[in-house]
Amino acid sequence: MPGSLLGNAVRRVEDPELLFGSGRYVDDLPIEGALHLFFVRSPLPHARIDGVDVSRALQMPGVVAAYSGSDLGLNSMVSMLDRRIVRFPLALDKARYAGDPVAVVVATSVGQAMDGAEAVEVDYEPLPAVADPEAALAPGAPLVFDELGSNLAAGDQESGDPLEGADVVVRGRFVNQRVAVAPMEGNVVAVIPGAPGDEYRLTLYVASQMPHRVHEAACAQFGLAPAELRVVSPLVGGGFGGKTGLFAEAAVALAVALRLGRPVKWFESRSENLVGMDGRSQVQYVEMGFKTSGEIVGLRARLIGDAGAYGGFGGALAMGPTRNMAQGPYKIPKVRCDVAVALTHTSTTGAFRGAGRPEATALLERLMDMGADALDLDPAEIRRMNFLTKDQFPYTTVTGMLYDSGDYEASLDAALIAAGYDELRQQQAERRASGSRYQLGIGVSSYVEITAGGPNGEFGAVEIEPDGSATIRVGTAGTGQGHATSFSMIVADRLGIPLDRIRFVQSDTAEVPRGGGTVGSRSLQLGGAAVSGATDLVFERGRSLAAELLEADPEDVVVDENGRVGVSGVPARALSWSELAATAAQRGERLAAEVDFKPPGATFPFGSHVSVVEVDVETGKVVPLRHIAVDDAGRVLNPLLVAGQQHGGIAQGMAQALWEHLAFDEDANPVTGTFATYGIPSAAEVPSYEVSNTETPTPYNTLGAKGIGESGTIGAMPSVQNAVIDAVSHLGVRHIEMPTSPERVWRAIEAARAGHADDPWRRPPAIFESLPERVRRPPPPGGEETL
Amino acid sequence: MQITLTVNNASVDADLEDRTLLVYFLREQLGLTGTKVGCDTSSCGACTVLLDGQSVKSCTVLAAQADGADVTTIEGLAEGDQLHPVQEAFRENHGLQCGYCTPGMVMATVSLLEELEELSEANVRTGLEGNLCRCTGYHNIVKAVLAAGEATR
Repeated sequence: MPGSLLGNAVRRVEDPELLFGSGRYVDDLPIEGALHLFFVRSPLPHARIDGVDVSRALQMPGVVAAYSGSDLGLNSMVSMLDRRIVRFPLALDKARYAGDPVAVVVATSVGQAMDGAEAVEVDYEPLPAVADPEAALAPGAPLVFDELGSNLAAGDQESGDPLEGADVVVRGRFVNQRVAVAPMEGNVVAVIPGAPGDEYRLTLYVASQMPHRVHEAACAQFGLAPAELRVVSPLVGGGFGGKTGLFAEAAVALAVALRLGRPVKWFESRSENLVGMDGRSQVQYVEMGFKTSGEIVGLRARLIGDAGAYGGFGGALAMGPTRNMAQGPYKIPKVRCDVAVALTHTSTTGAFRGAGRPEATALLERLMDMGADALDLDPAEIRRMNFLTKDQFPYTTVTGMLYDSGDYEASLDAALIAAGYDELRQQQAERRASGSRYQLGIGVSSYVEITAGGPNGEFGAVEIEPDGSATIRVGTAGTGQGHATSFSMIVADRLGIPLDRIRFVQSDTAEVPRGGGTVGSRSLQLGGAAVSGATDLVFERGRSLAAELLEADPEDVVVDENGRVGVSGVPARALSWSELAATAAQRGERLAAEVDFKPPGATFPFGSHVSVVEVDVETGKVVPLRHIAVDDAGRVLNPLLVAGQQHGGIAQGMAQALWEHLAFDEDANPVTGTFATYGIPSAAEVPSYEVSNTETPTPYNTLGAKGIGESGTIGAMPSVQNAVIDAVSHLGVRHIEMPTSPERVWRAIEAARAGHADDPWRRPPAIFESLPERVRRPPPPGGEETL
Repeated sequence: MQITLTVNNASVDADLEDRTLLVYFLREQLGLTGTKVGCDTSSCGACTVLLDGQSVKSCTVLAAQADGADVTTIEGLAEGDQLHPVQEAFRENHGLQCGYCTPGMVMATVSLLEELEELSEANVRTGLEGNLCRCTGYHNIVKAVLAAGEATR
């Protein structure tokens, strides 16, 4: 019945094909005669390439072609950080990380392509390499790009002393370790060249969150007119920020298909994915000043972003979202944030679930706990006394963000009640008093984050088909979040068309004219709002048509409980949507509408988490026992999907706090390049989660919705880390770096017991003294882009 | 080499390269692409199928080893349009998001529920240790498995 769907836990419409195993991801597409690519990759983190010889590979069975970078002559891709940082899809003169693709072999089967790649001879001259971003910024470090004269890709400093007037200052150097995006499906492409006379010169199937951006980048790379290329993302096996652009291997696949005139496929192995699709990595030197009352005086942050070899977006996050979110949910009168972005001989970093906001929350929430400790306040209380209050919105932060709406104290109260906080503290006291080997840790975090930043809005269209069904076309590009369900609910709710009569179309440039894609938790609030707007327009058109045909006042026309459009309270006087579509068609019209929705700005979801862990003080092993999350993403459209996003987000935050670390050895060789060595958790490691929501609508869209995709990660990571430290703080431990592995926890306990607990602070590196002054540019309309 | 086996209740004769892994035989020669590949170290379980009723990671089995065996993939689980109780429980409990780990997770669950002596959250979590998911945080997967266990006992 119209008006009754939104807000309900509706089961997903997209599930059946996924459960039957009949849905198609890129690698499942049957492509007749497709050749397979396999890449030859540098085994060295840094090397001069003195020669690439593919001649032996060409003699191997099944090998059709093999190319070095100079054979293909591809255009370079330019870093957003500095135009001098350029990447050729196949490295030419230098390999800059272990895994950098150097040549490609094309064969009739994957196995033959792999065998052929073994036969490619590359003459490498090893060069010194640096993986650690701080070491990379030190004088004399091996350079990633000689042209820059240093490994500083970007950076600037602000002025003033925000700690002036503080009674107490707490300080720490915190490492937000590098983590891997690791969607269950890695990168994958299939390219089909068109025959002469075909509509498209090339069709690119790619697992992507931003197929329209891939389309734009591919057209630019190959000088194609937009109409010559079709980009399609069929089912995508997770994205999480890792599938946003035209990656090097996709560019090579396009080039090979163009050159050979034959279809090609490439499927990234997990070992390739773990050294290619890297997420966030940041080192933080942070200080916070408090009055003895607990009131915050100011925050000083010096951040080092790790951009990897080719100046990746992941490094830039420190200058964008982390800096922007540095005030968090608190009243902080002064913030100074200086940022240096380093190049390293490691895979290029990108976005990953949270993208710069987990880092902002991590630094704040560690400092709040350190402040509570220094001032002998409860962690919940020091947060509460510093919160921005609900009567302060809209609120402009000292970092220039315009917070749309919020009620931070309500989410903390809800989380504390749900956790049974006082009782937990009582249990903790008992365990401490008893000297139990298994100590209880309780971690609290409160956060605010940015969603749907960026200057671009989103496209949405709704059309009534002749049979009375509806088609939705939208520019977002879901990768498992449930968009088909939530967007169809909007149409069904308004037009009375059943969910199973609604066709959902996304991620096909032939069907959807434009789109921003699915990044930065933007989809429902932008794409959903566009679909909602288009639905309203279709309803208005249907209503006026029905009013005309039924000779009624349009104001009296409604959708009835049978999904027919007619006069309110007079069931006999109603028309079906198919009758209305037929009438429109007779008049040469479509019963359809398109909307480009543009919000006034980004929205700012928020929440509070409480995490409970048990620490074995003899071995350092941490077991997460409970995780309570109260996340406020505005008005909830489908609580089933929202909870699913919270669960997945929490697991990611917990995993970074406890287990995951994409590590390199001293020579910059990756040491966690498989799922056998990278600490991705299974069901056996994590608990069930206790999730709920407060609902503070945003005024920026008609749905009242903010984003929920990343909140779980942003809230969970610091609360879990805080819980681990809290469990052993009575022993004198002040800080433990992530991931809080048994070894680190054990060492921290041992050091504290021996009376020399590590001071988490150390002198910031010299680079911060020489950064240029920050030039403040007005952010683009809608705020800065986040992923 | 030549093998003969049963896949999803149909008899199959096949000629294949000796080194062919079961997962690639299923996906590429039989077109049964429901079974996925998610890693190259037998860690993720996306390729889980039933071999003579027991779950195996089909990336760790040579197709040759399945000679004479009975293989069930995700495509062979439902009865026509009727989802298997495990599939139904995953749907009912929102136990899947991107769906990529789902076929393996479902097949592992079918086998696990046969093996489990006691249905409990702890046993389900331990029993699914070999199957990775990046979307759900496992919460609703565990809920779905427990529900399927209740429904089929």
